[in-house]
Amino acid sequence: MGLFVAQILTGLANAAALFLVASGLSLIFGVTRIVNFAHGSLYMLGAYVGVTLMAALPGHFGFWGSILLSGLIVGLIGVVIEICVLRPVYRAPELFQLVATFGVILVIQDLALMVWGAEDRLGPRAPGLTSVVRILGEPVPQYDLALIAITPFILFALWWLITRTRIGILVRAATQDREMVGALGVNQAWLFTGVFFLGSALAGLGGAIQLPKGGADLLMDLNIISAVFVVVVIGGMGSVTGAFLASVLISVLNVFGVAYLPQSTLVLMYVVMAIVLLIRPYGLFGREEKAGEHGQVGEPDRPVRPFGTLGRALTGLLLLALALLPVFGSSFSQVLVIDILIFCLFAASLQFILSTGGLVSFGHAVFYGAGAYVAALLITYADTPMEVAFLLAPISAGLIALVVGWFCIRLSGVYFAMLTLAFSQLGWSLVFQWNEVTGGDDGLVNIWPSAWLSGTTSYYYFTLVFVTAGILFLRHVVHSPFGYALRATRDSARQAEATGIDVRRVQWIGFALAGAIAGVAGALFVFSKGSVFPNEMQISKSFDALIVVFLGGVKTLSGGVVGATFLEGVKDWLIRLEYWRLIMGLLIICVVIIAPDGIVGTLRKVADRIGLGRQEEASR
Amino acid sequence: MKSLKTWTAAAVALLSASTAALAADAIKIGEINHYKRMAAFAEPYKKGIELALKEVNAAGGVLGRPLEFIFRDDDGKPGDAVKIAEELMTRDGVVMLTGTILSNVGLAISSYAGEKGYIYLASEPLADDLVWKSGNPYTFRLRTSTYVQAAILAEQAAKTDAIRYATIAPNYAYGTAAVAAFKESLTRLKPEVEFVTEQWPALFKIDAGAEVQALEASKPDAIYNVTFGTDLQKFVREGTTRGLFEGRTVYGLLTGEPEYLEPLGAEAPEGWIVTGYPWYGFTSGPEKVFVDSYMAAFPGETPKIGSIVGYMTVQSIAALIEKAGSTETPALLEAFKDLTLDTPMGEVTYRALDHQSTMGAYLGVTAVQDGQGVMVDWSFKDPTPYMPSEDEIRAMRPAK
Amino acid sequence: MTAVLKVENLAKHFGGIKAVNGVSFEVAPGELKALIGPNGAGKSTCFNMLMGQLKPTSGRVLFDGRDITGRPPREIWRLGVGRTFQITGTYQSMTVAENVQMALISHHRRLFAMLPRAHRLYREEAMALLETVGMADQADRACAILAYGDLKRLELAIALAHGPRLLLMDEPTAGMAPRERIRLMQLTADIVRERGVSVLFTEHDMDVVFAHSHHIMVLNRGELIAEGSAAEVRANARVQEVYLGGGTLFATEGADA
Repeated sequence: MGLFVAQILTGLANAAALFLVASGLSLIFGVTRIVNFAHGSLYMLGAYVGVTLMAALPGHFGFWGSILLSGLIVGLIGVVIEICVLRPVYRAPELFQLVATFGVILVIQDLALMVWGAEDRLGPRAPGLTSVVRILGEPVPQYDLALIAITPFILFALWWLITRTRIGILVRAATQDREMVGALGVNQAWLFTGVFFLGSALAGLGGAIQLPKGGADLLMDLNIISAVFVVVVIGGMGSVTGAFLASVLISVLNVFGVAYLPQSTLVLMYVVMAIVLLIRPYGLFGREEKAGEHGQVGEPDRPVRPFGTLGRALTGLLLLALALLPVFGSSFSQVLVIDILIFCLFAASLQFILSTGGLVSFGHAVFYGAGAYVAALLITYADTPMEVAFLLAPISAGLIALVVGWFCIRLSGVYFAMLTLAFSQLGWSLVFQWNEVTGGDDGLVNIWPSAWLSGTTSYYYFTLVFVTAGILFLRHVVHSPFGYALRATRDSARQAEATGIDVRRVQWIGFALAGAIAGVAGALFVFSKGSVFPNEMQISKSFDALIVVFLGGVKTLSGGVVGATFLEGVKDWLIRLEYWRLIMGLLIICVVIIAPDGIVGTLRKVADRIGLGRQEEASR
Repeated sequence: MKSLKTWTAAAVALLSASTAALAADAIKIGEINHYKRMAAFAEPYKKGIELALKEVNAAGGVLGRPLEFIFRDDDGKPGDAVKIAEELMTRDGVVMLTGTILSNVGLAISSYAGEKGYIYLASEPLADDLVWKSGNPYTFRLRTSTYVQAAILAEQAAKTDAIRYATIAPNYAYGTAAVAAFKESLTRLKPEVEFVTEQWPALFKIDAGAEVQALEASKPDAIYNVTFGTDLQKFVREGTTRGLFEGRTVYGLLTGEPEYLEPLGAEAPEGWIVTGYPWYGFTSGPEKVFVDSYMAAFPGETPKIGSIVGYMTVQSIAALIEKAGSTETPALLEAFKDLTLDTPMGEVTYRALDHQSTMGAYLGVTAVQDGQGVMVDWSFKDPTPYMPSEDEIRAMRPAK
Repeated sequence: MTAVLKVENLAKHFGGIKAVNGVSFEVAPGELKALIGPNGAGKSTCFNMLMGQLKPTSGRVLFDGRDITGRPPREIWRLGVGRTFQITGTYQSMTVAENVQMALISHHRRLFAMLPRAHRLYREEAMALLETVGMADQADRACAILAYGDLKRLELAIALAHGPRLLLMDEPTAGMAPRERIRLMQLTADIVRERGVSVLFTEHDMDVVFAHSHHIMVLNRGELIAEGSAAEVRANARVQEVYLGGGTLFATEGADA
């Protein structure tokens, strides 16, 4: 009994920081509809600022004052980010802003390294709260009790702010209907800035308040972000109360998970999230999403048309140049282009379902990883010939996509995105923790192609053929009746249903097709590297693809391919430099601001303006 | 877009200029690491390399040519590391590869090196699979194997009366291997021991309060710890606060390494039996010489385990090339067989049997002195007696 | 001659509100029938049940003698019922012709085909339909830039794509200029005559209703209160009360929104 109570208390104490960070993210999303990937970075900044301040300010006052000051400072940093980075891109297509926040992550990572150095910082202890209290015989740290006591006050303060003040009423009105608030004469830009301040300050507070239980280090930004997403989704986007309950739920469950399922702690969180979303698709306190609700939807997509003569000629030239690469390029240039090609195919498969299908998947890497792992497992355990493994990989990835899709297609918008994220994290934690079969973190090695493909040049041609075929196939499908049907479900599901189109089935098949093509990319990858590790399935891999699709232009057909080529190419240069993440982050932010329609989208507009684009208009 | 182009062009110019400035006849080594992702570990390692390079080149280089390292960041991604390996070998003209801290990246490069016939000296990765289960003719490893370090701790544990053991290790391949090695060695030495609980926090995502409660609930006599970095910090703080370590001996794998002990400051645990690197305790000999020259070269810095590994990496490569008398791969491979050299940690041999070096380990007890966690009563352990037998190793290594 | 559409005792309750309460009627082949009533009378609810967007609380809907109650819209469409919406739901990212071709592709059950080029499929058929509604000259414009009246005509062409036996049109002239309204209804009336299609439509504009419909039904508070020819309905005392005597007697408007 004593242990049980103590475990609950541990869970409640752990929930404190998680709640602060998650409520901030939830508020920001609720009002601005921005999925702020950089929220974990603000949490990290809160921890570093807190550590620095606490070292300078002694005593009780110094400790608690430092926490409040950290919140304030990080809130102001949030304001700077909002004004400099996000405000210029509010008019861009929905969810485009997440690319900008990704750039912010990179910038903050390098800045934090410059300012605070590489070494982990141990957080100071709270003065006067360093020992334990015995509750039913079990030791409970005093600081845990302090956290448990503080959290309800913060919840109450937020509740009061939101329900009892004018600002809060505006915030609530904005989460319901943004146009209305604009119509009431409220300056929307400053409302957004204010909410960003509040959300960022909460993240900063979270980072500072957890110091006595941990510290500050350079990995904490990415370490917390997936847990925060889970909490926000379970609680319901935009709901502070939901964030609170979900933080408590996840934290307490985790404590019991540690005690009774110590090997499976990673999986547990995502299983809970998937179950909650299947039962309550909009989270515990969330509201149903209406189409086009998150952010400006922007102008409608243009009609698509297959390449005209010029387009075909250019594509042909590009392919010819690629085919001749081994003649005049070095062996390394082939390896580099193999990487870029594979990434292009992966991005193209995401673009297919995201742009044509209108389904924003946050977990596309699970199919890429599935392709890679299926091939690797077949080679490792069944001595399958490489050719057969290569064939089975996309089939299996497609089947997995069928299963995942069956669950996810029921939801739409950001909730669909989050459920795909949950499934991909499930897949990742499975390969990560199933050591006996997948080798866990040490992966599967020595997965090499057959002898006839073992040379760099022969594998280069192999990749070129499959990537070209894959991309052309996807483009062709976009122009086929199925592609049109998929686009119809995106443009108007009601009209589609009323003209005999089974919306869910069309989306389902489209999702599986995209998954299978991602599987081809995964299989190409594993044989080019000779090994596969769980990070090929990680969140960051999914986000990489998402970012290049948005960067290239979400309302175009070739955005993914162009974005992937651009990002991979640039990264290959930048990574040689000392502060490459900083430069890369700034570069991404610049591109986002200069080209809010993505690279291809913006080029197309420029071409239209100078009267060049007629022929290209419909085709890119 | 134009500004971007200009910018890129400037970067290109900058890069090619720096490449051109390099001495044309230098012997180049490709060093791949996670300089950004694992900055806390990679920076001391890089400093160790720089120090050794300076010394080697001041003494005339190798084969009369200067030795040069090309440092490349892989962002902690195995796929990127493999691409960089190819670039280093085919475009930059390096003679061999070295580097990595993360096991998975090491394994990826090793697999690639084996396929392409590139020599790879895995300096820091902890996975024993590199030389055993997934070993190949082209991969060599410097750092003391996890198996040996666990066996050294198990030997100490077997001498006590403790029967009930609890383990806590990060939930990934290195953690599982470290626990398996400890269990195997301890059970062999003392069959009556019992493992009452195994805790597996996710790497760098430990829920320390819950872990401590779970460990406490199983009432162990002793605890075997494999957590490190921020996980270790949180674990030690919660464990100390909640009294988990009172009356229990804790065996800490790598816990004595300065990378992990130093950030804990005065809160470092006392009385743990650990492996590590007690540089502050050296009084004479090559160990001390290294520490002094490191601190002279980098004022304000103290050596870490990464520093000595980086330093010994360069020493190994210099000795290898000298012995081979050439930078051709077959000659280097031949020279690597039982290559022996003197290092700050004594004589080290790369065994022809499994390509593992005989770098040893320091065993000691943690204490707090002047507000800093240190190892006291330490001794140096030669790894040879703790290794698996030659037959066992042959059975593990894949047929060539 | 049997009725194309037969509705028996159709009812829909939202909580305690009876949005549609025991409505029964028939639509004969070739008939152009109007369903009118003040705001909140239950017209759209009624329509949504006929087309499968809403499940009725009770009652039956028979199309060609076949029970279609509660079946999904796409199945009802396949049986030969076309529909236009009060607010158009055309595909914004497609051209005018492609919108019609999309419906034709669905009609010919080629939705999952991945080989042919969609914009070449059934192009002639689509052009013929666009010709019918007078939109052929705009066939290759993007749908997103069409005027509202043109969108309505396009919607009609789409609804005719599968050769329906019955057309359900929800406020077909809403949001149009008066002259356009008359043209659109004239067009509809011509189609009914030439193709023998039956049409059931709801409408606000009484001029439109009285000018074209063969038969008029009046819905108020979820119940049919009158039906008959234009003259009969005009003369009906209850209808006059509803339309002239202070509008709807039914205060709750939510159900028909």
